[in-house]
Amino acid sequence: MIDNLIFMNGYGLYVWSAFIFTFFCFTSLYLITRKQYLRENKKFIAKFGNLNSERAALARNQNINKEILSNISNI
Amino acid sequence: MFKYFEPNKVFSITSKAPKYVLIFFITIVSIGLIEALILSPEDYKQGNSVRIMYVHVPAAWISLGIFSMITFLSIFGYIFKIKNFFLIAKSFAPSGFVFNIIALVTGSIWGKPTWGTWWAWDARITSMLILVLFYALYLISWRIYENKDQIYKITLIITILGFINVPITKFSVDWWNTLHQPASINIFTKSSIHESMLFPLVIMTAAFALFSLLIFLMKYNTELIKIKNKGLDRI
Repeated sequence: MIDNLIFMNGYGLYVWSAFIFTFFCFTSLYLITRKQYLRENKKFIAKFGNLNSERAALARNQNINKEILSNISNI
Repeated sequence: MFKYFEPNKVFSITSKAPKYVLIFFITIVSIGLIEALILSPEDYKQGNSVRIMYVHVPAAWISLGIFSMITFLSIFGYIFKIKNFFLIAKSFAPSGFVFNIIALVTGSIWGKPTWGTWWAWDARITSMLILVLFYALYLISWRIYENKDQIYKITLIITILGFINVPITKFSVDWWNTLHQPASINIFTKSSIHESMLFPLVIMTAAFALFSLLIFLMKYNTELIKIKNKGLDRI
């Protein structure tokens, strides 16, 4: 059964290369998107930390900023 | 109705959703892989090479679907002046582009054992190649242009021109004599595919759709944070 799954009557090379290519693309796209997300998040936190107390209070009042700060490690 | 698409309202959902979508995707794709590689039968003509269909067909469907969606979002975004629609369209594009490449490459791999060639300038394959070029143009435009009004117009033109290619891709196998086989699944008439092959195909399509949703959510959140980063500079 294992032999059949690997070699697939001579089609194994084609079938496995198609599936491996697909999942390689998935993994690459996921990692690239995640890296971009984390980089922007990091930038946001750094900028937020550099605001003076008055500006930080103003920024904190915006709902979306609260959401970003509370969802940093969500992916 | 469009007020529900405000980034502030949407972000509270999109920021929490990716981890659940990822778990759901892993579950569905695991079932799909077991079905596609182990449980589904061989084809009486193509043998085991038919299993490539379970990655090739969903990838092709989703890349065509995403491009159509991007076009409609761009048109409605431009008519109703909803910038968020352009942001949603932009966030869907990377997964559509990757699915298009997967469809082309896996199609080429499938072509070798069934047609005896890696590539043929067949109507279906060529129109899919043209679609990937439109995806590339669309993504490059977002990188090149800074002016927002300019980018909305340019991406709208690219998507409308590219969308003309979508029905050509879909019906190319009916309009011309091509090497590519005609559609096995029809919504309105009886499908020629057996249930034992249809089930894994549906599962894999659902898994691929979930993956594109996952990438969309992550990309969309990134875009919103980018906007907020610019907003913090202005405070």
